[in-house]
Amino acid sequence: MLNGNGINGQRYVYLDVRPETVNKFAALDGRTNPDGTPYTTTGEEILAKLPDIIDFCRTYLGVDPVTQPMPIQPTAHYAMGGIPTNIKGEVVVDEKNTVMPGFYAAGECACVSVHGANRLGCNSLLDIVVFGKHAGLNAAAYANSVDFRPLPADPTSAVVERLNSFRASNGKEKVFDVANDMKSVMFKHVGVFRTEAGMNEALNTLGELKERFQHISVKDTGRIFNTELLNAWELGNLLDLAEVTATSALARKESRGGHARDDFPKRNDPEWMKHTLAWLENGKIKLGYKPVAVTKYQPKERVY
Amino acid sequence: MQVTLKIFRYHPERDKKFHYESYSLEADETDRILDLLEKVKGQQDGTLSFRRSCAHGVCGSDAMRINGRNMLACKTLVRDVGDKITVEPLLGLKVIKDLIVDMEPFFDNYKKVLPYFVNNSPLPADGKERYQSIEARARFDETTKCILCAACTTSCPSYWANGEYFGPAAIVTAHRFIFDSRDEAAAERMHIMGETDGTARCHTVFNCTMACPREIQITKAIGEVKMAMVTGKLD
Repeated sequence: MLNGNGINGQRYVYLDVRPETVNKFAALDGRTNPDGTPYTTTGEEILAKLPDIIDFCRTYLGVDPVTQPMPIQPTAHYAMGGIPTNIKGEVVVDEKNTVMPGFYAAGECACVSVHGANRLGCNSLLDIVVFGKHAGLNAAAYANSVDFRPLPADPTSAVVERLNSFRASNGKEKVFDVANDMKSVMFKHVGVFRTEAGMNEALNTLGELKERFQHISVKDTGRIFNTELLNAWELGNLLDLAEVTATSALARKESRGGHARDDFPKRNDPEWMKHTLAWLENGKIKLGYKPVAVTKYQPKERVY
Repeated sequence: MQVTLKIFRYHPERDKKFHYESYSLEADETDRILDLLEKVKGQQDGTLSFRRSCAHGVCGSDAMRINGRNMLACKTLVRDVGDKITVEPLLGLKVIKDLIVDMEPFFDNYKKVLPYFVNNSPLPADGKERYQSIEARARFDETTKCILCAACTTSCPSYWANGEYFGPAAIVTAHRFIFDSRDEAAAERMHIMGETDGTARCHTVFNCTMACPREIQITKAIGEVKMAMVTGKLD
């Protein structure tokens, strides 16, 4: 699909959920309802089950999935990985799961590692409903149990300095262009298809983008709802995260879950059944690993 | 194709008064209006300010007036509105900056209707779920679709005339809980709706229904709440 190997040389393939197609294959497979009668579906049922997807197709593509096949392609859907936490939502900072007191994370920013190396549809509900609740309850209990900690003399200076440097910036580069170039290179080389050569190229490009980022300009100097400043701030963080993602993916010489390498297509449990940890120290990335806690379910290869 | 985007501009730290600025740019007919705003901000004028987040009609951040009608910039394509496009902030809420309005009064009204599930009865004997039939769930399915974008409330002449009116979005939320068979605060919500600034201020103009990007039949939902208040019946 990446190189136009999809339908008619395009970068997409079709997903066909038309009732006649679903019914044809359900009959071939002998699929049945719970009461044993043959399974069949209708356009109304498909619409009721996939209202948002169908609305997206109708709105953005002018394609009605009830009567036409949907063109589909991969996209970034969710950020697996994140701030490591334990099941209480407490942030842990090293290989030994040492808790940093008073720091909690939950949701897409967090990594409680409940999904293994993949994140399937609807699994974010676990992050939200279960671990969001526990992180909230535990954070509230912690806040009630401790007094305010003494702050350093000038706790905001680093952030204020950075914001002021953005506000005063007057370079030739545009945040919009640097961000788009970052998206392109990450999609192309650190997305669905990953190889050593591609990821090295991505890391080189990210280095160039970081350099270009030093020469951006922020025209909005205001202090009220300054979204241009926010975009610049976010891009700086995203460039760091992109580099961490590419570096840890390059180091992991196997395929597992959402991490699929063309040059190492097999899963390698003896060497790689472990979590990657990454530290950014003085602009340099340091990688570390911690073991996977295997409990009720033995990990095994996912086959289709 | 070449499109012209005429945008309402107001920076509180710079401008005494709002003005309009026109931007000309290349666009595809399948581009979203949000794409055009991002392009203007990214390539022509970084100071242009607007809210956006998910960019596909789920988060409700980018409701604005496009050619005079309330729409989500991320669900409106160039081919829907043509090549001369005017973009303005929602009406009836104070403009903070460019296309960004103060949503606080909107959410203050929302909070008035107890926008959360209330059930203080003991859990069922098995300690697990409060069951609900498919039919009972379907009763309020329509109003669960609300994304709180404020397109409805800020299209309502009754709300423009009186910002104390709870507005259609708040009543949609009230409907979502009033008709939920598991919820126990319907009577309390209907009492709140009976206040001067509740459902009585709806004059069935239907602007809200026209404006809703989720195609919720809002005027009908308000009517159902009114009917339940009169009859006391929730089915």
